[in-house]
Amino acid sequence: MADLTLTPNIASGDDFYEELIEAHDGLSKEDSDAYNARLLLVLANHIGDREVLSAAISAAKRKT
Amino acid sequence: MLDDRYTLAYKLYPYARHADQNAGKPVRHPVVVMGGGPIGIATALDLAQQGIPVVVLDDHEGVGMGSRAICFAKRTLEIADRYGAAKPMVDKGVVWNIGKVFHKDGQVFDFNLLPEEGHAFPAFINLQQPYFESFMIERAFELQKQGAPIQIRGKNRVDNVTVKDDHVVLEIMTPDGPYTMETDWLIGADGASSPLREMLGYDFTGKVFQDSFLIADIKMKSNNFPTERWFWFEPSHGSGASTLLHKQPDDVWRVDFQIGWDIDRKEEMKEENIRRRLDAFLGDDADYEMVWSSIYTFQCKRMESFRHGPVLFAGDAAHQVSPFGARGANSGMQDVDNLGWKLGMVISGLAPESLLDSYNSERVHGAEENILNSTRSTDFITPKSEMSHLLRNAVLELSEHYEFARPLVNSGRLSVPCVYDGSTLNSADALANGPDRTRPGASCPDAPLADGFLLPKLGGQFTLLAINTEVPDALTVDGITATTLSLNTKDDKSGALAERYLGEAKSAVYLIRPDQHVAARREQYDENLFRAALKRATGKE
Repeated sequence: MADLTLTPNIASGDDFYEELIEAHDGLSKEDSDAYNARLLLVLANHIGDREVLSAAISAAKRKT
Repeated sequence: MLDDRYTLAYKLYPYARHADQNAGKPVRHPVVVMGGGPIGIATALDLAQQGIPVVVLDDHEGVGMGSRAICFAKRTLEIADRYGAAKPMVDKGVVWNIGKVFHKDGQVFDFNLLPEEGHAFPAFINLQQPYFESFMIERAFELQKQGAPIQIRGKNRVDNVTVKDDHVVLEIMTPDGPYTMETDWLIGADGASSPLREMLGYDFTGKVFQDSFLIADIKMKSNNFPTERWFWFEPSHGSGASTLLHKQPDDVWRVDFQIGWDIDRKEEMKEENIRRRLDAFLGDDADYEMVWSSIYTFQCKRMESFRHGPVLFAGDAAHQVSPFGARGANSGMQDVDNLGWKLGMVISGLAPESLLDSYNSERVHGAEENILNSTRSTDFITPKSEMSHLLRNAVLELSEHYEFARPLVNSGRLSVPCVYDGSTLNSADALANGPDRTRPGASCPDAPLADGFLLPKLGGQFTLLAINTEVPDALTVDGITATTLSLNTKDDKSGALAERYLGEAKSAVYLIRPDQHVAARREQYDENLFRAALKRATGKE
């Protein structure tokens, strides 16, 4: 079973971040929210591992 | 003062004065069942087939109007078959396998239940509840004619209950006035609003969902709808927040509209208003007549304990779920299946009273599973927050294009039999590499044999099922006998028996309970171990 990766793991992080922001260009708030929800589900399915998903759900809750 | 609370579909057991009413002092019975609905009648069939005298008290004189529960699962049919009532159900019922899911304007995807081959009964049939009930009542009359000790007393309303240490005193109202009766055991099968539960002051706690549903049963004059289950999320025709269309026998269709919480029931129930919703949904040119309609709200609730000394609760009286998943009547039938043989053995002096505590623990486990599934379906169908709604719609949108999202669509997880994992009646699984689905606690899946199917051969007593290995003809411990059913996979043409009961193992011996759940299994017979397993399965350990 894999652990949740919480160290840098995306090559060219700046490119990724830009692509993510651009995906929202021209979308209304409502469409943007819906897009985020779909993206989240696509990514979650790719990860698949239930324990990793649970770890991610709780890791993202932490704000400080 | 004994007015009907609802209209009858069929009057089957009109009030008749009974000798008990003329007796100078209260007559004592072994078992009284409160409630003549499907769960009460099934309980009576189970006990009567064991030769245990049973009296059913119903404040009405037959079967109530309205389709109500319409979806009966394979396990329910297998149980009804043990009671000798399944054949007319299957003959009358509608078998369906295809389901379609719609969101707003369009179809999102369809699915096929793809029922597994090699079972005597289909995965589901749709059948109006009055048929389901009356087939069982007719079976009760048939047993009665054969001399089975089964009585159904119409217009006998229980007005007062006093629970003593070892019996219960009932004060009963009839059209001829009151009489008093005693019973060693009392079964409360008197429905979701159980008067018995109320009289005894037991809590019924859980979640109430703030939504109303309008059921309209319609008879199509021009029938263009196929035998499928259609579920709409947020239909753009605006006839409800969700809509379910499902076929029943007699060319009747169930249409179920989710219409919200703040509604004027009287207004919504007017035929013209129901027709307006139906026309928006079916199109203006649809020609139909209305058969029955009703507005319901629902709750996911259960009693903390289903046993209180000599009083036992079953069906909706013990637990209530949302209708999504058809887990109401189907789980009630599993209650009866579980309770019948245990109560029979306790009454016959073959098992200690504590065996009945396992009815409570096993069926509370079942109720929890049903409440969990039904709550999840409800949360998907009726999202409780803006974000929950957003995620729900994201699942629906994705599932139109991507297969991965389809299993997340939840318009009801259809009832499957509960596995009693961790039950005190189970012996540890000792069949290395045996199939998971037949582990101790599971209900036995059917399988085709050289001459018929497996489940009828298991019947309603303890069985030693031996596959590819020798066992004695029977095993008797303290008066309880497990009879042997010896099979060989040489005769297993379809391979289903090996797949469902052997897995990777070369041979297997199963100890199977009267409700056809697995109590123990191992590769070879061992008398001491199976003696211990039989004792354990009857609450003697």
